[in-house]
Amino acid sequence: MLKIGGVELRSRLILGTGGASNLDILERAVKESGSELVTVSLRRVDAAATMNGGLLDMLDRCGVRVLPNTAGCYTAREAVKVAHLAREAFETPWVKLEVIGDERTLLPDGVELLRAAEELVADGFQVLPYTTDDPILARRLADAGCAGVMPAGSPIGSGLGVANPHHIQLIRQSVDLPVILDAGIGTASDAALAMELGCDAVMVASAITRAADPVSMAAAIRHAIEAGRLASRAGRIPRRFHALASTPDEGRPHL
Amino acid sequence: MKVVVNGNPRALPEGATVADVVRVVTSVARGVAVAVNGEVVPRAGWAGAALRDGDQVEVLTAAQGG
Repeated sequence: MLKIGGVELRSRLILGTGGASNLDILERAVKESGSELVTVSLRRVDAAATMNGGLLDMLDRCGVRVLPNTAGCYTAREAVKVAHLAREAFETPWVKLEVIGDERTLLPDGVELLRAAEELVADGFQVLPYTTDDPILARRLADAGCAGVMPAGSPIGSGLGVANPHHIQLIRQSVDLPVILDAGIGTASDAALAMELGCDAVMVASAITRAADPVSMAAAIRHAIEAGRLASRAGRIPRRFHALASTPDEGRPHL
Repeated sequence: MKVVVNGNPRALPEGATVADVVRVVTSVARGVAVAVNGEVVPRAGWAGAALRDGDQVEVLTAAQGG
């Protein structure tokens, strides 16, 4: 079973709530996804009420654990403050730490991220950093005491899938922590690939919430993660340059 | 006294506290966190945290996000 910060999770799908057109569809997608860990952001109450009054009540009904994020933060200082506010609001020491480097790519700023992670670990948080696919930075985050690492497959919301599968495998080998592929998933096969590469879980938001049919996509990605996990453990055959007959030559009729 | 709550100026009676501001801007206290001038005010301290003229107050809660 997946274990993050001492908590066991049956589902290996972490669901992001951003991008859903309404709460009713989101609720059905959460239930269909089987996810037990769902991200939320922290925003001003007036803005949050127009977006999604009742989000926390809905997540309670689904029986899921809330994972607050620090989305929108560009500096360690800001992210650390948001994490502390989220701990106050949601009474959880868990945080999906995001420190963004630029608006166009929304890719992480590794320097600020590591700084924020070190500070939050010292403050008693279970830190899950949204990081790049750099294996060295992942190791530095692990050394800093993070509860897991969340490398980006490709930019948030891009649907480009796992851009650098080799680096994701290197991250898997270089840290002894849960590796959660985060960002860039476009459809079920991307999630299956992430799991086949050895990831422990996959975080998905837009691919589900912005799909034409979010509830069906939630089911598809749930199955893909299970399939990818099974395939990863089953051990794939090595890639070969030339064919290797699956039917024996022996006993072939001479006609 | 005048304070700024979530970016909007508000006039409050002298002696108003963080707890008073939270009651003004939202009907639910669950899932809410407050910062005054960028510093977190723990929930247990809301009622005792008197605001001063010019304070910047952020009252935050859960919104959709990935």
